[in-house]
Amino acid sequence: MTTLTRHATDGWVVAKRNLIKIVRVPEILVFVLISPIMFVLLFAYVFGGAIDPGGGVNYREFLIAGIFAQTVVFGATFTGAGLAEDMQKGIIDRFRSLPMSSSAVLVGRTTSDVVYNVLSLIIMALTGLLVGWRMREGVGKALLAFLLLLLFAYAVSWIMAWVGLMVPSVDVINNASFIVIMPLTFVSNAFVPTESFPPVLQRVVEWNPVSTLTQACRELFGNTNETVPVPDAWSLQNPVVYTLICVVVILVVFVPLSIRQYRIASSR
Amino acid sequence: MTDMIRATGLVKRYKGVEALAGLDLTVPEGKVLGLLGPNGAGKTTAVRILATLLKADGGTAEVAGIDVAKDPDGVRARIGLSGQYAAVDEHLTGYENLEMVGRLYGMRKSQASKRARDLLDRFDLAEAGDRPSKTYSGGMRRRLDLAGALVAEPPVLILDEPTTGLDVRSRQQMWGVIRDLVSSGATLLLTTQYLEEADLLADDIVVIDHGRAIARGTADELKAQTGGERIEIILADIDRREDATRILGRVALGQVQVADNGRELTAAVEGGVPQLRSVLDDLDVEDIAVFDVGLRRPTLDDVFLSLTGRAAEDPETDTDIDADIATAEVAS
Ligand SMILES: Nc1ncnc2c1ncn2[C@@H]1O[C@H](COP(=O)(O)OP(=O)(O)O)[C@@H](O)[C@H]1O
Ligand SMILES: [Mg+2]
Repeated sequence: MTTLTRHATDGWVVAKRNLIKIVRVPEILVFVLISPIMFVLLFAYVFGGAIDPGGGVNYREFLIAGIFAQTVVFGATFTGAGLAEDMQKGIIDRFRSLPMSSSAVLVGRTTSDVVYNVLSLIIMALTGLLVGWRMREGVGKALLAFLLLLLFAYAVSWIMAWVGLMVPSVDVINNASFIVIMPLTFVSNAFVPTESFPPVLQRVVEWNPVSTLTQACRELFGNTNETVPVPDAWSLQNPVVYTLICVVVILVVFVPLSIRQYRIASSR
Repeated sequence: MTDMIRATGLVKRYKGVEALAGLDLTVPEGKVLGLLGPNGAGKTTAVRILATLLKADGGTAEVAGIDVAKDPDGVRARIGLSGQYAAVDEHLTGYENLEMVGRLYGMRKSQASKRARDLLDRFDLAEAGDRPSKTYSGGMRRRLDLAGALVAEPPVLILDEPTTGLDVRSRQQMWGVIRDLVSSGATLLLTTQYLEEADLLADDIVVIDHGRAIARGTADELKAQTGGERIEIILADIDRREDATRILGRVALGQVQVADNGRELTAAVEGGVPQLRSVLDDLDVEDIAVFDVGLRRPTLDDVFLSLTGRAAEDPETDTDIDADIATAEVAS
C-alpha cells in the first residue's frame, strides 16, 4: 500500500468508528440537528426584523447564507470537543500502539464531522424553505454553494482539531473555540452589512473568509440584495476563488500543525 | 537465544518524580518476565516506553532487535499491548473493536473480520461479541483488550497488570488465557503487584521499587531469599506474646514479625502444613489461646519486607506520612 492510501484507509476506519457512535448515542444527533433549526428560526424571525437595514421583503433570504455559514463554522467546535474527548479515552493507547498512520485519528474525526455538517445543512435548508427562503439560481449552483460550505467547514474543523489537542480537557474546549469562532463569524458580513462596521474593521470584514463564503453563497443561491452593496475589495468581488484559497491555506497550515500536536499530546 | 526485549538504564522523570531511575530488563525469546512492584514503582512507565507510547529521558530499549526511539513503527508492528486500563471503545461491540484493530494493522476486511470472530471464540466472548463493550464486565473488557493485543499475532506481548481489579474467578480465567499464550511460544512481559501471579506465570521475576530493580531471579530464587509460606497467628491474650513468639521462632526462617497491634505474629517457614501442625501442638501444650491461625503464601509485602526491611508502600501513604510529619512540626 502506498502511504497515501494507508492514510486514507486508516482515516476511514477511524471515521467509521465515530459514525457508529452516532447510531449508538442518538442523543448527540438530536442536538446536532436541533441547533441549526433554532439558528434559522431565531435569526430569521428575531434578527431578521431587528437588523433589517430597510431592505425589501427578501431580507430574510439575504440572512440565510450567513446563518448557514455561521452554523457550519460553529460546528467545528464539535471536532475539537470530539478530539479532546478521544485523547482521554483508553482507545488512544490502542491506536498509538498500532503501526497505523499517525494522522488517522485526526483524519477520521474531521471526516466523520463532515457527515454532521451534511445533515445540519440539509436540516437548515429544509427549515429555510419553510420560512420562505428560495434557491433562485437553480439546483446546480445551490449544490456548489453547499459544497463550498462543506469545504470551508472541513478546513475550520482542522483549526479546531488543533485547538482540541492543545486544551487539557473537554471542558475547556467550548470556551477556547469561542475565542476562535466568535470573532470569525461576527466580524463578518454574515448578518450586518460591511459599511455598518467602523472603518478599521471594514477591511477585516472584507477579507474575512466567513464574509466571502457568505457572499459566495448569496450569489450562488441568487439571494443578493440591491439595498446592500458589495464592497469593492477583490475578496468580495471574487468570493468563490478567495474562499477556496483560504480553504487551501488553512489546510496547509493546520493539517501538519495538528498532526504534530497529536504526536506531542498523545505521548504525554 | 536472542533477547526479544532489552532495556538498559531507562530513566524517566516527571516533575519532581523520578519514575524510572536506571532500569535494566531483558526478556529472552519465548520467555515470560514478571515485573513485580507496588503501586507507583514505575511498572506502567516502563511498559509505555517499551510500547513506544512514551519517550525515555535516558537509556535505550530494543524490542525484537528494533530501537523503540528510532523506529517506533517497526516496534509497533511486532508488539501487542494490553495496558493497565482496557483500551477498548465502549460504544463499539467486541467484534467491531477487534475488526477495527485488524483493519488498522492493514488487514483486508475479510481477514480482519475472520480474525475478530476467531479471537472472540477463543476468549469466551462469542456470545457477547455483538453487544457494545460498555455492557461488558471488568473481566470481559480485559479479555477483549487482550484479544486486541493479539490480532496481528505479534511475537512480543506486553501486559500491564492484566488481573488488577478482577474478581477471583475472572483472575483465574485470565491466568488460563495467559498460560495458553505462553505455551504457544510468545515472549511476554507481564507486570503485576501479586507475587502469586508472577510465581504462577513468569520464568523470571524482576522486583522494582522507586524505578529501580531491587532483586531479580526465578520465583524459587526469590522465595529462597524471602522464605516460603507464612504462618500467621492472632493471639486471644496479648500477654502471652512472648511465649507464642518463642514457639513460632522454633520453625521460623529469620525473625518472627509482630504487628503494631501486638496481637498478630507472622513467621516465614520452610515447609507449611507440618510446621503449622507442630506450632498448634506447642501452643496447645502451653495453653495459649488464639483467635485465628493460618497459613498463607508470601505476598509482595513479604518480599519487600525481606528485601528492603520495609513494607511495600503506596505513594499515597508516603504523602500521608509526609503530611503527618508536617502537621507535627507545625504543632510543636
Ligand atoms: N503523567 C505523569 N505525571 C507525573 N507523574 C507521573 C505520571 N505518570 C506516572 N507518574 C509517577 O511516576 C511514578 C511511577 O508511576 P507508574 O509507572 O504508573 O507506576 P506503577 O505502574 O508501577 O504503579 C509514580 O510515582 C507516579 O506518580
Ligand atoms: Mg501501573
